[in-house]
Amino acid sequence: MNEVASQAVERVIASTRQMPGALMPMLHGIQDALGYIPSEAVPPIAEALNLSRAEVHGVVTYYHYFRSEPPGRHVVQICRAESCKAMGSDALWSHACSKLGSDGHGVTKDGAFTVEPVYCLGLCAQSPAMTLDDKVHARVGIEKFDRLLAQSGGAA
Amino acid sequence: MSIKIYVPRDSAALAAGAEEVAAAITAEAAKRGIAIELVRNGSRGLFWLEPMVEVQTGAGRIAYGPVEVEDVVGLFDAGFQVGGMHVLQLGLTEEIAYLKRQERLTFARMGVTDPLSLADYQAHEGYAGLRRALGLPATEIVQQVLDAGLRGRGGAAFPAGIKWKTVAGLKATQKYVVCNADEGDSGTYSDRMTMEGDPFMLIEGMTIAAVATGATQGYVYIRSEYPHAVATMREAIQVAEAGGFLGDNILGSGHGFHLHVRKAAGAYVCGEETAMLESIEGKRGIVRAKPPIPAIQGLFGKPSVINNVITFASVPIILSRGATFYKDYGVGRSRGALPIQLAGNIRFGGLVEKAFGVTLRELMYDYGGGSASGRPIKAVQVGGPLGAYVPESQWDTPLDYEAYAAVGAVVGHGGIVVHDDTADMASLARYAMEFCTIESCGKCTPCRIGSTRGVEVIDRIASGPGEQRPQQIKLLRDLCDTMVHGSLCAMGGMTPFPVLSALDHYPQDFGMTVPDRKAA
Repeated sequence: MNEVASQAVERVIASTRQMPGALMPMLHGIQDALGYIPSEAVPPIAEALNLSRAEVHGVVTYYHYFRSEPPGRHVVQICRAESCKAMGSDALWSHACSKLGSDGHGVTKDGAFTVEPVYCLGLCAQSPAMTLDDKVHARVGIEKFDRLLAQSGGAA
Repeated sequence: MSIKIYVPRDSAALAAGAEEVAAAITAEAAKRGIAIELVRNGSRGLFWLEPMVEVQTGAGRIAYGPVEVEDVVGLFDAGFQVGGMHVLQLGLTEEIAYLKRQERLTFARMGVTDPLSLADYQAHEGYAGLRRALGLPATEIVQQVLDAGLRGRGGAAFPAGIKWKTVAGLKATQKYVVCNADEGDSGTYSDRMTMEGDPFMLIEGMTIAAVATGATQGYVYIRSEYPHAVATMREAIQVAEAGGFLGDNILGSGHGFHLHVRKAAGAYVCGEETAMLESIEGKRGIVRAKPPIPAIQGLFGKPSVINNVITFASVPIILSRGATFYKDYGVGRSRGALPIQLAGNIRFGGLVEKAFGVTLRELMYDYGGGSASGRPIKAVQVGGPLGAYVPESQWDTPLDYEAYAAVGAVVGHGGIVVHDDTADMASLARYAMEFCTIESCGKCTPCRIGSTRGVEVIDRIASGPGEQRPQQIKLLRDLCDTMVHGSLCAMGGMTPFPVLSALDHYPQDFGMTVPDRKAA
């Protein structure tokens, strides 16, 4: 963790430590600032909240949303739940993984993409749904996926 | 007098390009020197028409949709800003059959108002319920909710008034009102629509709960997959505080209520109320054993009213119109109306609020227009990933908690996911087990280990030797029985519902020529 990141962590800790049940808002704050929760952030969090490092680590790794590693430059989340399955999201998922060279977890080798499953974006009347860099997209067929990717400037 | 144009800000509209359409309309109006007032309303819930743009005319609001950026110049050429004719024109919004045939009680304002305008909210009956509640003794507020027959809309259908009564009757230094907005079920989006499209309704419902029970702090636990809902709720809370509707002294009544948003982090099981409490307290979202029930020992160990978004959102109209008004809708012990969500492989997917008693067939064909693919509908999953697959023989069962329970299904949160005849029910059953392996909190063995074994058994049924199939199916049924009766919460306890219903109603997909036993 460099100096800038470490200062960001300190700022988040200072602004959230007094909240009841502060750990979740604290972790969200750090991930919002840095894109992930560095392992070096765990000891200062534990100290601020009078928790063990194991307890903090346990919470970070329990929740799918929290990342322990930085994501790729672009993040693709494809819904794999029932409604999207009914409209072909399995095919979309396979296409996305093979096109971007992802195994569906973590970052691609070139660091360009993180492709990950998501279980429902609440856009079930317009399945299949996905997000690309925090923007939601509905009725995503394979052609639309390729088009969105090209527009993002990250086309493989 | 400028022209009022509505472009929804609901994330389902944004996912269809509403932001770009709003920008194009603003730019084109400026270019033509037309003064417009652009209102970013919620969505009416007619999602195949999003982005659905509306214009205010003397005759009422006229809708156009689905509007793409390329259509905007043509719309201005056609004079859409004064209701002009265009190929995308849908007529008066209120007259669109899909909307007109609904019974919108809770969702009456949805898509009509600016979600963050307190003035707009109050002009449409908003805060009438709280104002009435503030004039009533606390016991009478609880009685109204009991008399209305309101049951938990999150899925469990427990009478809301009983929870409230328990909390109200306890003495404690601190009580909480907690809203479960961890709407993780596939096929459901009414909570998201509420938070994005009519957030004051949820705030008002929670405030009424606080006044009725003596709680002074509240939390809304919103899933991280809903960033727009999180942002809108946070903004709405600030607006409500500034307007005197939240804070130390609500509308000068002497009641104090402070509301906070807590963002979840992608664990499905945190939709279970005790796992949610653990998460808000800053721990792993692991299910608690009950008793003690959360009404007695809930958040931070204090008495807590916990309800789902739609449950709280249904309270303002019960208070403003009276329990009898609300109770007059519905059938049996399922009173009022349910915002039903049509999803999956459906032509006209959207939000249909109807009184209980409507049938799946009406919903899927009269509203939904059949499958999106045009192929025959094979199976319908009602009530989320833990709900049963409902076969055609049950599509005429009235939507009613007890009637559904009688056929082994659940109404749940009112999400309806349609699958056409290309669906492989064995693979969907496998997915149900797999989802449970991914999302189990791990506390109890039937859920944690049972789901893993379930995936393995279904794999053996699908690809193992045929002569072993009856034996493996028996094993799967035994396993499901253990999960149903041995799991600590609904995650493991209901995962067998989709699995067994698939097995009972679609035995051919499991390689069986006849059902292994009479379908339930």
